[in-house]
This record gives sequence, C-alpha cells and structure tokens, in this order.
Amino acid sequence: MAPTPTRPYAPKSTPKWLVALTLVVMLTVPFLFPVLILFATPLDTPAGLDALARWLGVTSASGRDALTAGALLVVAFLFLNFGAIFSGMCVWWERRIAGRMQSRIGPNRQGLGGFLVWIADAVKFLLKEDLVPAEADSLLFRIAPYFVLTSFALTFVVLPFGHSVIMADLNVGVFYITSVTALTVVGILISGWSSNSKWALFGGMRSAAQVISYEIPAGIAVFIPVLMAGTLSMQGIIRAQGGAPWEWFIFRNPAALVAFFVLFTSQLAEANRTPFDLPEAESELVAGYLSEYSGFRFALFFMAEFGNIWVMSALATTLFLGGWQVPGMPAQAIDALRGGAVVPPAAWWGWQLVSMAVFATKTLLLGNVVIWLRWTLPRIRVDQMMTLSWKYLVPIGFACLVFTLFWQLGAAAAPGLELVSGVALSLLFLAIVVAFLRRVLKNVSDVRGDAIDLSNW
Amino acid sequence: MQKLILRRVNAGGDEMLLNFGPQHPSTHGVINFLVDTDGEVMRKAVPDVGYLHRSIEKIGELVGYPGFMPYTDRIDYVAAMFANEGYAVAVERLLKLEVPPRAQYLRAVSCELCRIASHLVSVGTMATDIGATTPLVHALRERERINDLIEELCGARLTYNYHRIGGVAFDLPGGWKEKVLAYLDHLDGGETPSRSMLAEFDRLITYNEIYLKRLGAVAVIPREMAVGYGLVGPNLRGSGVDWDVRRDVPYGAYRDFKFDVPVGRGIAGKVGDAFDRYWVRVQEMRESARIVRQALEKIPEGEFMAKVPRRIKPEAGEALSRVESARGEMAYYVVSDGTDKAYRVRARTGSYLAMGIIEDLSPGMMIADLVALIASLDVVAPEIDR
Repeated sequence: MAPTPTRPYAPKSTPKWLVALTLVVMLTVPFLFPVLILFATPLDTPAGLDALARWLGVTSASGRDALTAGALLVVAFLFLNFGAIFSGMCVWWERRIAGRMQSRIGPNRQGLGGFLVWIADAVKFLLKEDLVPAEADSLLFRIAPYFVLTSFALTFVVLPFGHSVIMADLNVGVFYITSVTALTVVGILISGWSSNSKWALFGGMRSAAQVISYEIPAGIAVFIPVLMAGTLSMQGIIRAQGGAPWEWFIFRNPAALVAFFVLFTSQLAEANRTPFDLPEAESELVAGYLSEYSGFRFALFFMAEFGNIWVMSALATTLFLGGWQVPGMPAQAIDALRGGAVVPPAAWWGWQLVSMAVFATKTLLLGNVVIWLRWTLPRIRVDQMMTLSWKYLVPIGFACLVFTLFWQLGAAAAPGLELVSGVALSLLFLAIVVAFLRRVLKNVSDVRGDAIDLSNW
Repeated sequence: MQKLILRRVNAGGDEMLLNFGPQHPSTHGVINFLVDTDGEVMRKAVPDVGYLHRSIEKIGELVGYPGFMPYTDRIDYVAAMFANEGYAVAVERLLKLEVPPRAQYLRAVSCELCRIASHLVSVGTMATDIGATTPLVHALRERERINDLIEELCGARLTYNYHRIGGVAFDLPGGWKEKVLAYLDHLDGGETPSRSMLAEFDRLITYNEIYLKRLGAVAVIPREMAVGYGLVGPNLRGSGVDWDVRRDVPYGAYRDFKFDVPVGRGIAGKVGDAFDRYWVRVQEMRESARIVRQALEKIPEGEFMAKVPRRIKPEAGEALSRVESARGEMAYYVVSDGTDKAYRVRARTGSYLAMGIIEDLSPGMMIADLVALIASLDVVAPEIDR
C-alpha cells in the first residue's frame, strides 16, 4: 500500500515517562479511597471500636454509639467520594479512548495528558445557570437526579473492593444490589415526565421499558453464581471461587459463561450504554430525558452514569470473575494472617492491598470493554431492544438456570467435572483473546502499516 | 400540514404532535418535520421546508452570468463542485461555447473528488444517526485530505468556485497528480483493495450486524415508487434503477471513462431499503476513485479555459444542463433575454425531490427509522431550499 500523505506538521512528542506517570496517577487517585477504607477496617469491627473507645476514654453506651455512627459516616464519605472521583476519572479515560479510536487526541490540556479535565468539567457544571423550565413540574424536576444518585450510591454498600474492604457484607447482597439499581428508573422516569418536554418524555418512557425488560434477564443470570455458591452474600460468592481462571464461576460451568454474557448485555442496557443508549439517543431524541437539564443536576446524572461503569463491572467481576481472589493465596490463608491483635500484622495489610489490586484490575479491564463497545457499535432500535430481551436473553437465561441445576448435581457426583470445564473454557477464552489481538494488529497494519503511536499524548 | 396541526390540536387523545426540528441533530440542517406519533410509531411525518431559503435563484437574475458562480457554491455546500459545473454547462450551452478538453478533464477530476468527499460526509453522518459516532470521525478525517487537495487546486476548501463559464479557474498545480494518486491508493487500496481506508470502513460499520439490522428492510422505496417520485442519484439507484446521467446522458469528459454504476441489490433485506442507498454511496466512492485515476492518466495538454468574451451576453434563448451531482441529477435551466443578466435561473436539486417521498413513506415507521430514512436520502438543507 502506498504511504499515506504526510501531515503538514509533526505533532509534539510526549516523553514515555510522562505517559506512565499519568496512568499511575490516574489509577492511584480514585483508589486512594478504598485504601483509606482499608486502614479504617480494623476500627470498624466491634473489637476495634472498643479499643478506640478505651483509647479515647469513652465509657458510656451513648458515647460508643456516637463513635460507631461517626466511624460509619467516615467510611460512607470515603465510598461516596470514590464513586464520584471514579466517575470523573472515567470521563477522562473514556474521552481519551474515544480519541484514540477516532484518530484524534481528546482532552490533553488540563494536567498531565488532560487527566484533570473532569475537574474542569465539574467546575463548569457548577458555574452553569441552574435552569428549571417554566412549564416543568418544579419539585419533581429537582428531585429526579437524586433518585439516580441515591441508587448509584447505595450500590456501594455491598460492593466489595478486596478481601476485607466492604461496607456491609449483607447476607442478601446480590438481591440488595438488583433492588437498589432498579431505583434508577424511577429517577429517569420522573425526569422524563417532569421536564414537560416531548423528547424527555420519549426518553423516560424508553428508559422505563428498557430497564424493566432487562432487569429480568439480569436477575436470572445473577441466580447462576448464586446457585453455584449457595449464598447471596457478595463476599460469600467470591469465597466460593478461586484465584486461578479455571476456578472462576464463569469457566467452571458452560452455562455460567453464557450467563455472564447475558448479565453483561443486560447491565449495558440498564446503564444506558451503547448499543442500548436509546433513552438519550442523541440523534433521535436530542438528549432524551436529559434534554432540559443543565448545570449541577446534569452533572449528577452523568456522575451516576459513568460511575455505573464501575458498579456493573464490579458486580460482574464479583459474580463470575473470581472477585479479589489472588491466585496461589486462598482467602483462608489471608484470614489466617489476621491474628488476634487490634492492629493486624504487616503481611495481612500487604495481601489486602494485593487482593484490592486484583479486583480493581479485573473491574477496570471489564470497564474498558464497556467503553470500547460504546465507541464501536451503533444503537439498536426500540423494538429490537425488546426482542433481544424477551425473545433471546430471558429464554437463554432460563435455559442456563436449568442447566446449572443439573450441572450442580453432576458436579456433586463427579468432582472433576468443574475442573475439566474450567480448564477447557479458560483455554478457549485465551484462544479468543489471542485471535482478537491478532485481528486488531492485522487491521492496524492494513491501514497504517505501523504500530499505534502514543506520541501526542 | 396546517390541517395536521389543527387536527392534532383539536383531537387530543394519546397521539402527540412532535416538532422534529428545525434544530435537531439528525435533520442535517434546518428542516422541520411535523411528526404525528403514537408512542414510538409514527402516523405521519410531514416535512416542512423553507427555513434555509436564500433566494439564490432570484439572485441569479440580478447578478451577471459570471457573478452568479460563487452563489452556486451555496446551493449545495457539501458538494459545491457539481453546482458550479451544472451552472457553467448551462451557460456554455446558451453561449454555444466549446470547452477545451483539458478543462473538461479537470472538471471531471474535481467533481469526482468532490463526490467522494460528499459521500464520506453522507455515510459518516448516516452511521452517527444510527448511533455509532466513530465512523463519522474517520470519514471526516479522509474528507479533510480531499479538502487539502482541492484547496491546493483552487484555494478553497468548501465553497470552491472553481469552475468557470468556458473552463476552470486554475490548471493542475505541480506535483498534485502524484498526491491525488497516493491519496486514492490510501482510499481504495489500488491493487490491494483489502488494505484501504474504505475496507476498514466496511469492517468498522458497513457490515456490522446491528447496522444491517437497523437499516435492512427499513424505509423501503420500491422501484416504481422511486421513479414515480422523481428520486435521483444514489436514492434512485438504491431502489434498483440503473440510471446515471454520467453514463446515460454523458456530458463533459465522461464519455472517455470506464466505470460501473452500482445499484441496490437488497443485501441487508429488500431492494430499495435504507441500507441499499447507503451501500450504493460506499460503492460509488470506489467508482469515483477509478474515474479520477483514468482522468489523471489520460488528461490532455492544452488550454484550461476557452476564449470567453469579457462581457457575457448570450443571445435570447434557453438552455438546460444535467449533471450527476453527489445527490443525484442536478439540472440548471437558464433563460436569457439577450442582456448580460439571466432572465431566469432555475436549479433542480436532488434533496428537494427526496423530501417529497417522506410523507408517504412514513406511516407506520418508528421515529428511529425516520432518522435512518432522512440520513439515507442524504438530504442537505441548503439544497432543498436554495
């Protein structure tokens, strides 16, 4: 192929160390919060609180209650800030990826590689005029974003971040998370109705239809790891898996592999991500239910939307991809390191951090796939969206559920079954990944003839 | 339209009257559609044109013959070269002027490059309207290169004003031919079609499963309907009608080139669906690249401008020109009364004809399909209203 016409100017090259530094900072800043929470975990146990109370000299029961409430507030504050800052980072990350995919640069001015752009965006949103349309239902219009935000924030109650970092390991964790995420649709429906705009109404109606339709396949898909683990607790499901890929639920059972894709597709739809971004469908509905929103309220909607990338990826990682399990270091071994002291030994802290890093890596990789999909796929139509859910995902989900019931019986009778399936499906998945990478490299060489360049980072 | 509004206002009920435009991301300019909807399904969509009317035809009667040339750019600013050419050909016919062969070849080269640029915008915006944002940016990246090339040729990137009555404004710049050939190899791959930008574009979006499902068997315009409504260009060929002015009523240098005329085959569903119109445009880019290669190879030496009198004053009479624009057959009808200003200038444009079919095609379609239909007809607002 003939060389492409040369560009009239040579872009300024960015040093490699600057690129690396940006990535490190980008990963560190949001994850500082879970690490802070990790350091607060010993205090959040009854024994830790007792020790703190003794140290502070608090003896009365009411004083201790106040101390408990204070500790919980600190943890809640840290978790919420993680959500907010992650969604900010995610905006930057998504825009940079979009830039790469679209032969442009993306935001690169504010901070290293533009990674402070989300702060600039947030400041801009806060300074915008706070507009409530004259004909809108003012009260509903104002409260709608908080429904969305609340549903987003509540998911962090049961989302695990590592071996010990979880706000509350409810025994109905999975059930809880599917319940609170359903609250989003209330906010979207309210915003669509109260805006008193036809576009917003269309967006709200589409969203209601979509979220309700996809709750069902998502719910069924969630049952499969629950069946395999025998518990609804998030940490319990992770503990039932192992660190190595063939010990993950996704590969231990062929139906679980299918269920993973059912869940992933449904979650894309529930989070209104492309190819299911019908509620905001820019080219059809202008901005859907967001049409009339501006300033801070708009920012709240978007914070929840981008933060939901973490929520959906973390949920899928928990249920199917082995969560925070570290290969070669089973959860029981980490438990054994804890010891009886109020302040645990250093090795325990180390393994905690490793488990958090494992969880974050898996979640971010999955989140990256979500972003890739958005910049690759077109949007499906309303009737196709319904067809996909009711005619394909729901029956497939039920088939997987029934298959899993028999599979569990089989696995109980022949213990080697899960290992065989795990190894075989892991290898299959590896082959798919390799084929994907080869295809990408071929496409790159077909079009450009050289490697991806990160020069004008 | 008035009736529709009154009926809707008086009726009440579950149906809703939706103003789809004039400011809407998918109307491709300032066009309004009054959409009578029942939920997501449309009862009817009535186009309401005229928001971009600038009296260009009237201006043609007030400025002199050469003075109207820059205004023709504004008739269709996405593919201004054809508007230039159509007007130039009409006035040349009025003057009974012979255009030098080199000028005719230069016209063909510039027009076909412009066709590629215009089709890139069309297919890119079509993908965006269906919800995929990346193909548009890729298409615009390629269009920028064509804009660079045309800028070298005539100094303008959008409103070219390159063609003149009797020829073209400038000859080929030095080294331009090689740049164009290199670009064409990048575009369609030359000997290796699989290693090209268009092949990448096909992999990215054209044969994407969701895309095929969104466009296949949607907004089907049967052959008879397309002819009956006077559709032109890719919209007509998408319905399976094998008609191209460049081949069937040749003008300029087009007799000398070999090229195929792609027609819709119903790859994604039925012949004449939205995908066929899109697919015809993608194939036409390849054919245009073929034509530019042949033209650059065979381009004769000589003058690029005929001897034109300083004061253009045709005898009283009338002339009609037909050129194949990116949006289909474009006709200019110029009437002279023997003075140095035209008595009447009339431009017949493809987008205006395409608007007529929307009202009758829309009943029963979904709102998302209306977006696909508008995009697949490749309407450009200034060309509708002039």
